[in-house]
Amino acid sequence: MKIEKLFTANREGQPFILKGIVNLILAAGAGIIMIPFLYLISTSLKDRDQMRQIPPPLIPIAAVTANINGTEEPLYEVTFDGQTRQMALVKNRPGGKGLFVDPAAPESEPLELVIAEQKELTRVELHFENYPEALRQMKFGRVLVNTLLVTFIGMVGMLFSSSLVAYGFSRFRAPWLNVLFILLLSTIMLPSQVRLLPTYVFFNKLGWVDTLLPLIVPQFFANAYDVFLLRQFFMTIPLELDDAAKIDGASPMQTLLYIILPQARPALASVAIFHFLYAWNDFYEPLIYLHNPENWTLAVGLQTFNALYAVNTNYIMAASVVMVVPPIILYFLAQKIFTQGVVFTGIK
Amino acid sequence: MAKPHDRKNISLARRESLWAYAFISPWILGFIIFTVGPMLASLFFSFTDYNIVDPPRWNGINNYVNLFQDDLFWHSLGVTFKFAVVALPLGLVFSYLIAVLLNQKVRGVNVWRTIYFLPSVIAGVAVALLWVRIFDPRYGILNPLLEKIGIEGPGWFSDPQWAVPALVIMSLWGVGGNIIIYLAGLQGVPTDLYDAAKVDGANAWQRFWHVTLPMTSPVIFYNLVLGLIATFQYFTEVYVISSGNSNGGGLGGPARSTLFYNIYLYQNAFKYFHMGYASSMAWVLFIIVLCLTLLVFRSSAAWVYYEGEVKGR
Repeated sequence: MKIEKLFTANREGQPFILKGIVNLILAAGAGIIMIPFLYLISTSLKDRDQMRQIPPPLIPIAAVTANINGTEEPLYEVTFDGQTRQMALVKNRPGGKGLFVDPAAPESEPLELVIAEQKELTRVELHFENYPEALRQMKFGRVLVNTLLVTFIGMVGMLFSSSLVAYGFSRFRAPWLNVLFILLLSTIMLPSQVRLLPTYVFFNKLGWVDTLLPLIVPQFFANAYDVFLLRQFFMTIPLELDDAAKIDGASPMQTLLYIILPQARPALASVAIFHFLYAWNDFYEPLIYLHNPENWTLAVGLQTFNALYAVNTNYIMAASVVMVVPPIILYFLAQKIFTQGVVFTGIK
Repeated sequence: MAKPHDRKNISLARRESLWAYAFISPWILGFIIFTVGPMLASLFFSFTDYNIVDPPRWNGINNYVNLFQDDLFWHSLGVTFKFAVVALPLGLVFSYLIAVLLNQKVRGVNVWRTIYFLPSVIAGVAVALLWVRIFDPRYGILNPLLEKIGIEGPGWFSDPQWAVPALVIMSLWGVGGNIIIYLAGLQGVPTDLYDAAKVDGANAWQRFWHVTLPMTSPVIFYNLVLGLIATFQYFTEVYVISSGNSNGGGLGGPARSTLFYNIYLYQNAFKYFHMGYASSMAWVLFIIVLCLTLLVFRSSAAWVYYEGEVKGR
């Protein structure tokens, strides 16, 4: 390959070397992002003793031991007289020293050596049993069904209502429309803590407390986050498309269905994913409205679990891993919609 | 001659208005049923003395008067402002740059995108718990890493000077949500605009500055407004971290360095049971955020470009 080819544009129009730099930066950032996740997965596979190791090793390890006269003693790689042998540490001595014996001949004379100078033998030890244990303690099956109900029914309601409302706010002129839009935004500006009590009283009067209804039904009436995002995207779609549809005799509803929504697919995918994440992870509302553990969602289950078993970080981390896998899979699959992008074939 | 034409215009305008109201009616209904009641109730509480157990007692504007003489009110407002001034712009720029990189046609970009999206999938509680462990000066993984490159790491969440910077680092890690929105916006820029710019001899930087940036300004605007609203209500992460911080003096600690506005509000509402006072705090914050949002909206005419904007009459 000729050297100038590195700098000339390839078929997509980008120099080869630029791609290398982009990849390098992305890889570095990805590395930083992954550290906490690796740590999460690593901790989820440790047992209690392994969690106390300082500094915490990324790969869960445990000491290799040998049976010396009925007790398990840690094995070390000992350097003595220029020879390297595997010996077991049987007793600590003052001054950081310890007594080492040969596991093959436990009755032989022990060597007294400085412990810090010897290399402790370790092996990888993964505790996969943390997962079934954590899921059992969380009543996972039941909690998962609740979470899926809240997430997917709510998503349908949100997509339906927010598309309509965003279309109304982006494509029409009407008195007070701007004021109403600010009013819509203002609903998310008041800290939710002070609305908590009156809202609870209201749902209690309806008899909806301790059911999934307070988490699902309001989704059918649109919300500020998703309406705002969809509006921003609808407003980037050229008006010529609407006008063409209008000339062809399309009603506003048909224009929304056949012109706007197909063009806004990346935006719809985004709000769908955001809603999934929001409903999947929402902790505050389920905590308040759901009292019976039978009705809990995953986030509440996880937090309660955390409060009850603060020592068992490994179980909490295992449950967290299980909780983050579905959104990751969903996002990976939804990428197709993103990468298609928008091609304005209507106008040239 | 002009009259029938005008009348036709008026009826067209009225029809357009009716369509608009019809389309936004789901939200109006929901607003009336679920939202306006609790909002007005909290406004009423803000003028009362209310401890949740006994019925509220009318207190006039006393809550507001006391609020402005409360040192902790000003302190918590200051903490929140300082955090917002640093974390908000940093997060917006940072996530935009990553989104631009993730929009390049490089091999395996789907995998990169998924990795960058990862942080936004863990819930607030789980994120906070994870970072507590990472920042822990003794058992954590950050300080040993810093030590390897010759830096002695601070106490982070147990050091009043470093608790807020640690929260900023945490918030930067979690900008995956912004990145998705930017990416969707970048994907929506019609490719023929780039082709046209290339024909006109624009270089990569000029194409970015004159095509990409204006065409994605609606999503930048979105992230700015929502970032503003969210940052001033910053709560969950600080709550989880500082309430579990045994050597940091509890909620808002250490030394009140993380006493964010919403934390102080929460304390008043659910620890001291001054629901009336907390409500007045909420409404003061509401006014502040509303004013800032209106300012941003006013400014948007100068820097946000909408391809399909319906111009006013």
